[in-house]
Amino acid sequence: MTFTVGIDVGSTYTKALILNAGFEIAGRAITSTGFKLAETSRRVYDEALREAGLRADDVHYVVATGFGRHMVPFSDVHVTDLTASARGTSFLFPNTRTVLDVGGQTMKASRLDGRARVKSFRLNDKCAAGTGAFLEKTARYMGFTTEEIGPLVATSKEAVPISGVCAVFAESEVINQLSLGAAPADIMHGAIASLVDRAVQLMKRVQMEPQFTLIGGILRFETMSRLVRDHLKAEVNVPRGGMVQFATALGAAILGHQRLGKLREMAVKEAPLVSDSFVARW
Amino acid sequence: MSYAAGVDVGSTQTKAVIIDEDRRIVGRALIDTGAHVVTAAEKAFAEALQHGGLQEPEVEYVIGTGYGRYRVTFGNTQVTEISCHGRGAVHMFPGTRTVVDMGGQDTKAIRVSPTGEILDFCMNDKCAAGTGRFLGAASAALDIPLGELGEVALRSERPVRISTTCTVFAESEVLSWLGKGKKIEDILLGVHQSIAARSIGLLRRVGIEEEVTFTGGVARNVGMIEALNRGLGLKVNVSEESHYMGAVGAALFALDHIRASRAPVDGGAAAAEAIV
Repeated sequence: MTFTVGIDVGSTYTKALILNAGFEIAGRAITSTGFKLAETSRRVYDEALREAGLRADDVHYVVATGFGRHMVPFSDVHVTDLTASARGTSFLFPNTRTVLDVGGQTMKASRLDGRARVKSFRLNDKCAAGTGAFLEKTARYMGFTTEEIGPLVATSKEAVPISGVCAVFAESEVINQLSLGAAPADIMHGAIASLVDRAVQLMKRVQMEPQFTLIGGILRFETMSRLVRDHLKAEVNVPRGGMVQFATALGAAILGHQRLGKLREMAVKEAPLVSDSFVARW
Repeated sequence: MSYAAGVDVGSTQTKAVIIDEDRRIVGRALIDTGAHVVTAAEKAFAEALQHGGLQEPEVEYVIGTGYGRYRVTFGNTQVTEISCHGRGAVHMFPGTRTVVDMGGQDTKAIRVSPTGEILDFCMNDKCAAGTGRFLGAASAALDIPLGELGEVALRSERPVRISTTCTVFAESEVLSWLGKGKKIEDILLGVHQSIAARSIGLLRRVGIEEEVTFTGGVARNVGMIEALNRGLGLKVNVSEESHYMGAVGAALFALDHIRASRAPVDGGAAAAEAIV
């Protein structure tokens, strides 16, 4: 059996996903990125191998993606996260034409053609107000962790307006709202709504078309996808079973199989005597 | 003798200054603003009274300024911090034509006339980049007290180049430089230079005319003074009272008011105009 691995080194989390030749997930792992990207990617890779019951020798091709893709010492190739997420989302939802990816420190919108290729994209990685960091900060000002955002906001009935202009200035806004008696859940709801406003603006700038597929760590919060759907007045695809965070790593692993297939064709045509393990190294 | 007071309620700290009729500072206080703005204003004023050995009735007129100026419940009126910083800076350094005020959450560039009137100003109202908060983030990330950042930065010979604009992301960038083995002083000077560059951008928008006076809480930071001097290619004026400048300006406006109320009608109208 041929296995490939996609390693997605994101600004906040690093994800590894192992895919067999039948495009079935053999194992996956996730960990905080931290600041030693090479070590983190090695650790998350080992963890995914353990989960799959495989050894590094069993894997034929490693594709790195994400902002830290250049820092994965054992990768065979790296691809941009836009390319990888286009492939991953199109695999999960074949009619995807627009992808919104909301991560810890970036927000990306891209429009795809019918063949999982990126036609247009826009990203925000300059300002925390349009990223997961905005929600994390808002939660922290009220004494909640990122993991508590989901359960917290689920109890909200009405959003308190939060301007969402700057993640730092949000602190005074949050304190003001709390002193006026607003509930933390409603403030969090407002923060997510302001993030959604920014997301829709970004999607408009790539001339979005249905179907819309939403991925990225922030989509773990169901409120986010619900508000995007309400805002767009259209159905949205959201990968299930934790795959919102793994869609890009999945795409990278799929690209690995495709690349491997091409290399084998070439090897067969040009150098029929070349061994499989030689191909694998390339 | 009657006294005038200015209370400057900033996003991070609240300052109160009391001056006598000869414009000398007789009492002052500085406290953290915290969440209870009204209480902070009252407390700073009470401490300034105590510092000057004065009783509240002796202070004839109080002006509130800063973002929380409408919460100075005992104040007679309010004046914007832009006007107060301009006025205070020209009072301390009569040659001042440009003021850069760096506070906890905002940075302002102000161009003033020789008499301290505001000719133009510009501020960052949408984004915390290039404000004192950037230093706060670095202080938290490196675990060095805010008051020591400047001195540490001055030891640097090879500053790093901070590429992020956003204050929130700057914290991660500081940590990633640390992870790459850069010296703390090199990272810190980079942080100071990046803030200085943002502020100089604001100053250019109002026009830089000498002398330049540096006010606000961040003016106590020697590293920032140096980064501004290098970036601007001149020496900025910095007073020991830099962080009280807004409150000083407010107190001066309060004194104008006291004088105007005593002066004949015409003079009063002129002085009242000066306040606006």
